[in-house]
Amino acid sequence: MARYIGKRIIYMVITLALIATFTFFLMKILPGSPIASADKLSPEQRAVVEARYGLDRPLPVQYFDYMFGLLQGDLGVSINQFKGADVTDVILSRMGPSAQIGFQGMVLGTVLGILLGMVAALRQNTWVDYSSTVVAIIGISIPSFVFASMLQYSLGLKLGWFPVALWKDGFMSSVLPSIALAMFPLATAARFIRTEMIEVLGSDYITLAKAKGASGAEIAFKHAFRNALIPLITVLGPMAVAILTGSLVVEQIFAIPGIGEQFVKSIMVSDFSIIMGTTIFFSVFLILVILIVDILYGIIDPRIRLSGGKG
Amino acid sequence: MTQNYDNLPQGSFDRITRDTEKAERISKPSVSFWQDAWRRLKKNKGAIFSLILFGLIVIMALLGPVISPYSPNSQTITHANLPPKIPVIENLGIFDGVGTLGGKEVDLYEMKNVEQNYWFGTDGLGRDMFSRVWKGTQVSLFIAFAAAAIDMLIGVIYGGISGYFGGRVDDIMQRIVEILTGIPNLVVVILFIMIMDPGILAIIIALTITGWTGMSRVVRGQVLKYKSQEFVLAARTLGATDGRIIWKHLMPNVLGVIIINTMFTIPGAIFFEAFLSFIGLGLQAPDASLGTLINDGYKLIQYQPHIIAIPAFVLSLIMIAFNLIGDGLRDALDPKMKD
Repeated sequence: MARYIGKRIIYMVITLALIATFTFFLMKILPGSPIASADKLSPEQRAVVEARYGLDRPLPVQYFDYMFGLLQGDLGVSINQFKGADVTDVILSRMGPSAQIGFQGMVLGTVLGILLGMVAALRQNTWVDYSSTVVAIIGISIPSFVFASMLQYSLGLKLGWFPVALWKDGFMSSVLPSIALAMFPLATAARFIRTEMIEVLGSDYITLAKAKGASGAEIAFKHAFRNALIPLITVLGPMAVAILTGSLVVEQIFAIPGIGEQFVKSIMVSDFSIIMGTTIFFSVFLILVILIVDILYGIIDPRIRLSGGKG
Repeated sequence: MTQNYDNLPQGSFDRITRDTEKAERISKPSVSFWQDAWRRLKKNKGAIFSLILFGLIVIMALLGPVISPYSPNSQTITHANLPPKIPVIENLGIFDGVGTLGGKEVDLYEMKNVEQNYWFGTDGLGRDMFSRVWKGTQVSLFIAFAAAAIDMLIGVIYGGISGYFGGRVDDIMQRIVEILTGIPNLVVVILFIMIMDPGILAIIIALTITGWTGMSRVVRGQVLKYKSQEFVLAARTLGATDGRIIWKHLMPNVLGVIIINTMFTIPGAIFFEAFLSFIGLGLQAPDASLGTLINDGYKLIQYQPHIIAIPAFVLSLIMIAFNLIGDGLRDALDPKMKD
């Protein structure tokens, strides 16, 4: 196991170094300049501004400087949006709302999805099962931004139950974005748990439990549910990806001051250091989630470890 | 036992003789893999319904801009922001051209003296939404199919070579894939769109840059599984070349998973295209895809909800249809994978 984890971490570092390098050089060949109203500046003024941000140095120097900074957690300074503020600080200051809606969406979606999937499996081929399948298909198919704008229009604008946008009413502001983000995990968990439960319910040890006179609830929760839950860990990775992708648009729609909204804004004004910082931050987050998921799965289900160790 | 048998009345049993002529006869017509798969698919109502629905959407995407009397990009400012109005159906109280103006419900067509009917209404510049939506569907579908086709091509070739030749080749190729899959798709797509001029081609390239890795993994897995089986060994013993083994013996077996994988790539590509458009990295005006239409409509959602509702509805229908077709095909082509 230790070897497997070590190997995975080495891969992770290589991947991150590649992403950082790749992002760095992409930013350099990008059209447009991060310096506000660059066209209006005289060449001399421009040189002064570029010198202030170290943009006048040779490319390899800038690159190694950036990579060494990265090792120390320094993502550089923002050029036009926050006038010299540390990118790390900008990202950290915006993490709160993003983490909150992401976490709430994940928990809400997974819990409801598990319930839905369980009910569907226990009442297989009844209307309960069919409607759960319909919900799951819709949840997987409808993009989060369509769902978010539907929620905003109906529950926010027309019915006025929740704030339409902005981050001013504490928890209430987070309700609609969290629901919008919860749809994908909900649908994925529901489908997954249903399949797993049906398989587990047909296994020999469930028949044995029935033969020994265990009650329906006991079988469902104590025997079937626990075993169906383990493989759910494998879809946590894709779910986290979906939540992160969704957060870019959902934060935009609900005007939430989070990382996603910041990222989209930086793209619009080509604030290269923020784009690079956020890209690396997102990559670290996603790669870590997938690594943790794989390790967890190996610990919980020893059968996986064998094949995982070799591959 | 024997006594009982003797006690039975005569004629209770007939001796059945095996007719060597008939024993080998096949009583039912033999069914090929694809006929069998089609039979399984036909039983799946959701998939068949989705297939028909998707067919209709494709027909509309091709015909819609043609049958509409208005071109997708021609602006008639005096006809701006009209709600949908469809003859006959308008009598039911929906699609009747009634919209809210200053908080009151009025027939905007009457008010603005518009004689024509705009079936899906018009947008803020007076462009016909009917032709715009179908034109946008056309563009979105084209991007998705092109991206899926390129993914398939690269993935199959890469995965096929890696799996078939194995050894050192496989090792190196898999290390590359491992690193590529480590890079979040979202990040790659956004970065690539940023360095290229936004357009149909840029989006297709961005989607395929890392998109093919999924396909290559699946194909490699299948090739590895089949290449060590007896029928491949037999073919090789008979002197078949590598090319012949790959095309005649491995391909037909791997085709199923290739199709399934492609069917799930397409909705993914449609989603990403719409997503990029929504965060402002998509097609540039006057080009329109479903994503840009939704993005435009979103800005007017408060006053003109129909402008976002229709493209969002079409997009959702396509996504649902594709997911159902994909599920159905997976069950039909690979009964072992059925959930």
